[in-house]
Amino acid sequence: MQRGELPTWVDVGLIPLINLTIAFVVAGLVVLIIGENPFQAIWILLSTPLSSLSGWFNIIYYATNFIFTGLCVAVAFHAGLFNIGGEGQAYIGGLGAATPGLLIGGALAAVLPVWVSTPITLLICLVASFAVGALWGWFPGYLQAKRGSHIVITTIMLNYITSSVMVYMINMVFRPVGKMAVESRAIDDAYIMNARELGRLVGMKLPASPLNPGLFVALAAAWGVWYLLWRTKLGYEIRAVGANMDASIYAGINPARIIMITMAISGGLAGLMAFHEVLGAQHRLVLEYVQGAGFVGIAVALMGRSHPVGIVLAALLFGLLYQGGTELSFANQNINRDMVVVIQGLVILFMGALEQTFRPYLGAIFAKVE
Amino acid sequence: MTTPAIELIGIDKRFGAVHANIDVNLTIAQGSIHGIIGENGAGKSTLMSILFGFYHADKGEIKVRGQPVKIRSSTDAISHGIGMVHQHFMLVEPFTVLENVILGVEGGRLIGPALAKARASLKHLAEEYELDVDPDAIIGDLPVGLQQRVEILKALYKGAEVLILDEPTGVLTPAEADHLFRILKTLRDEGKTVILITHKLREIMAVTDQVSVMRRGEVVANFATKDTSVEQLAEAMVGRRVLLNVNKTPATPGDVLLDVRNVTWRDKTKVARVDNVSFTVRKGEIVGIAGVSGNGQSELLDVITGITKAASGEVFFKGEDVAAIDDAGELRRRGMAHVPEDRHHRGLITSFSAAESAILGYQYAPDLGKGFRLNRDAVINRTRKEMEEFDVRPPDPFLKSAKFSGGNQQKIILAREIGSNPDLLVIGQPTRGVDIGAIEFIHRRIIALRDAGKAILLVSVELDEIRSLSDRILVMFAGRVMGERGPDATEGDLGLLMAGVSKEAA
Amino acid sequence: MDFSILPEILSSTIRMSVPLILACLAGLWSERSGVVDIGLEGKMLAGAFVAASAAATFHSPWIGLLLAIAVSIGFSLIHGYASINQRGNQVVSGVAINMLAAGLAVVIGHSWFKQGGRTPQLDDASRFLAIDFPGREALFAMPGIAPFAKIFLDHSVLTYAALALVPISAWTLAKTRFGLRLRAVGENPQAVDTAGISVAKLRYQALIIAGVLCGIAGAYLSTALQTSFVRDMSGGRGFLALTALIFANWRAWPALWACLLFGFLQAVANFMQGVHFFGVEIPVQVFNSLPYVMTIVLLAGFIGKSTPPKADGVPYTKDR
Repeated sequence: MQRGELPTWVDVGLIPLINLTIAFVVAGLVVLIIGENPFQAIWILLSTPLSSLSGWFNIIYYATNFIFTGLCVAVAFHAGLFNIGGEGQAYIGGLGAATPGLLIGGALAAVLPVWVSTPITLLICLVASFAVGALWGWFPGYLQAKRGSHIVITTIMLNYITSSVMVYMINMVFRPVGKMAVESRAIDDAYIMNARELGRLVGMKLPASPLNPGLFVALAAAWGVWYLLWRTKLGYEIRAVGANMDASIYAGINPARIIMITMAISGGLAGLMAFHEVLGAQHRLVLEYVQGAGFVGIAVALMGRSHPVGIVLAALLFGLLYQGGTELSFANQNINRDMVVVIQGLVILFMGALEQTFRPYLGAIFAKVE
Repeated sequence: MTTPAIELIGIDKRFGAVHANIDVNLTIAQGSIHGIIGENGAGKSTLMSILFGFYHADKGEIKVRGQPVKIRSSTDAISHGIGMVHQHFMLVEPFTVLENVILGVEGGRLIGPALAKARASLKHLAEEYELDVDPDAIIGDLPVGLQQRVEILKALYKGAEVLILDEPTGVLTPAEADHLFRILKTLRDEGKTVILITHKLREIMAVTDQVSVMRRGEVVANFATKDTSVEQLAEAMVGRRVLLNVNKTPATPGDVLLDVRNVTWRDKTKVARVDNVSFTVRKGEIVGIAGVSGNGQSELLDVITGITKAASGEVFFKGEDVAAIDDAGELRRRGMAHVPEDRHHRGLITSFSAAESAILGYQYAPDLGKGFRLNRDAVINRTRKEMEEFDVRPPDPFLKSAKFSGGNQQKIILAREIGSNPDLLVIGQPTRGVDIGAIEFIHRRIIALRDAGKAILLVSVELDEIRSLSDRILVMFAGRVMGERGPDATEGDLGLLMAGVSKEAA
Repeated sequence: MDFSILPEILSSTIRMSVPLILACLAGLWSERSGVVDIGLEGKMLAGAFVAASAAATFHSPWIGLLLAIAVSIGFSLIHGYASINQRGNQVVSGVAINMLAAGLAVVIGHSWFKQGGRTPQLDDASRFLAIDFPGREALFAMPGIAPFAKIFLDHSVLTYAALALVPISAWTLAKTRFGLRLRAVGENPQAVDTAGISVAKLRYQALIIAGVLCGIAGAYLSTALQTSFVRDMSGGRGFLALTALIFANWRAWPALWACLLFGFLQAVANFMQGVHFFGVEIPVQVFNSLPYVMTIVLLAGFIGKSTPPKADGVPYTKDR
């Protein structure tokens, strides 16, 4: 028995919109419970960030991180895998992002002009971020494909292991002797200028924000994921394994191989988030810089229907929520910015776990219309 | 005449578009073994699931010992003295036999007393019906034959007077099956009523008193077993189809292309599902494998096409042994095309567009893109061409595969596999669930391929199809090849082989 | 290594293990019925917040406990609706519950108590204190015995309840009708259905039990172990409990040992920043990550074997 088929625009547009609306209604109830005006709160949350250029910049900065983690989750989804390890993969990716800049960036800068050495160093950092994240994604992929341990469980475990590994690495390896703060020295030789600094180069005065050209890496990654999934043989095989394991074996595809490759790509995309955050915003390796972006990626992937275009849009939406949450907590001292986490949880609940709830009703409505 | 144990009157059931049971009437006499026979999908299991309360009939009435009853759940069925042994056992594997037996009839909040009671009762039942099994054994450790015995014990413990067995011998070795039949006869002699659902003619002849034949959701015939024959049953089961006129010249076989030697394949429980099978297929001929479904044909296809490896034996394809290859892609590259028996689970990916399904298995074909690229235009163009050539309707490469009718889905697959210009085409159930018009088309294409000098291995449960297409016919039974016949073999002759009766030593 | 602190470490081991034991048993009930529960963490956190808030408001740890249980059950029911009725993805639902709980606790706490998500410090009357066993003081005064007496006698009622719940859970699962059916539904729900028992009802019952246990675990964190709720105070214990459950192969008694082991590792990590073994310093992170590393190794089948209930995480449908 098949569920009622829905027109595509309902599937990718209306259903996310309905679920988002319900998430906001429930969040509004929470606001009501703590004695505030929900309409006002939601108005501030959604409109304030959009009313200033710095607001826009911050939205896009947040969205850049979420595009990476959203793509990470989505690629795995296409192979039928649920990678909840984006958080850890993005965190460990920091090793790849920071190490080349710290180790060889200086040497390169000594022999080459800065405008040559910096891009080269950055390119190495980019590749290393991806590679380290990819390794951290491949491992649970390997465990599932070859040893039969479930990817959900191992990626959760790896998130915690990563946390310990990174505390140790940053504290014991990266922290310069005598420095109090648990962080690496500034990575001066792999420095991504932010929008304000770039503006200054061409004489424009732009607001302060961490927005930086890492955005273009995110957009390129989104395009790359789209190209991979729908324009390459590997992407075809990834989707085949995700859609129907038996048919893919019939088609001569080796599912174990595809699972490992997909998880490596997925982890690599999360690793790229470290490239953007560590080199573009923090400029040094710090503790816990991922700050839940790996989990936001789940919401983004679900909301964006695992399609890169949807993911970019959903990432912008969550960027708006994150910036709006900050603005809201400034505007109304009674509302904490974690309100955004509540909304995020609700989106995951309605888009992910309860996504079938409204389908039958919509199916019935559209059956009547047709 | 005594009151019948069960009467089903006008039972009707639909699952969406599938009409699983059409106005079924059935009377089961008390103290008899009543067989219900029919092919897969004939509606036997659905009917019995309705009797056992697992599904609800859309229309119709059920009488138990003359009394009209409403059976809304399996609890109702059990309380009316109906027990069922399902095809897939309803057993909890890490539990002991006793724990499984008392599940649902524990009596009180603690299971201790129920376990003790069941232990005593099992001992009693074991003596009465030859149903010996260690009550403390863990189900997962028991061979399937014993697991099935536990299922029977469960039903009897719950007070079953009518016992339904759904395809009980599918998982058994012949020796285990014989033991089961002895048990069933004992049960009948003790006054119980047994309903045996099967598609195996031998079983019907061996144990039943009465037999009803189902086809496409309907009961088409009722016989007393002693008054009927295997041939008569086979004919009723398959039904006389409109004889398809296939214009075919005699074959002109060339060199041997596929040489299968002593191939054996075992399932997880080490039972040989394909048992020492040998045959050859030559260029320019169609070799048909007939047999009632579930006699090892599917597994044989999987071994030959590289979906799984043979346990022993050799498969020479173009002179090279490929028995150890379990990569379907590798065999495809060597020139073996495969139309799988199960369209929906293997042949295409229902959530993919037609164009994407139309390259399944051929994603690395050189004309579909260089290197890692998959050239979308090339994929679409190829699909359009194939759709036109094979008259797929609607000819829309972007339409989701699930939205095509069965016949058109099959044409998409056939176009893909024949379009790859293979040396050998392995094809399973080419016309299952396909409308008449498409059947003729598909048959013509298969013969055209043969006339082009290609080798074809055909597996079908449709005897007519086998007879009208094949140049040589092999019959499989219980994993073995029972014999070989020419295309002019009679239906009765083949029917006997299909029932496992062999004149020559196989 | 200074062995004189061993009694203290052991006492701390028990304190650290209690929330793990409770959450692990919650996971045991839920998963033995076939529902994967990633949301242990969130339910525990919600319980901790509600318990601390209510205890601060009503000056009674018991009211705090009851409300914590109620709210935790509420989250269980959401999870049940998503995974039993809607047959949604149970992992996704659990992730959502964790986020909801973490966000709500901070948002509401921030608004109620104006301390940035923290709840007010609880006085002794609003907390679960160590039970004053008769003669306890005398034992604690004895020089040689005191440190060892403190390992076992310096705990609140919740600790003893948690320990008692292990044999109770084991017994209920093994010896009662409910336990039998529950174990069956996690292995083969169809067998349960054909035996005329409701699969959904059993799974809801299991989830409610899990809710109760997570509520107690949360109350323990904020009103027994600590003196207030602070943001993210469950600190991954829900996942650690899940890890212990896998490590214990989904069984009650082994779960106790796994939780004690993991609690011990936590206690050691807390007590000794950098333990020296034969002159080599062992970083504290080794102790923090050891449970996860051990479980990955176990799951990968390199040592032993861990087999979840067969129907764990699989929504039940009657369809063929």
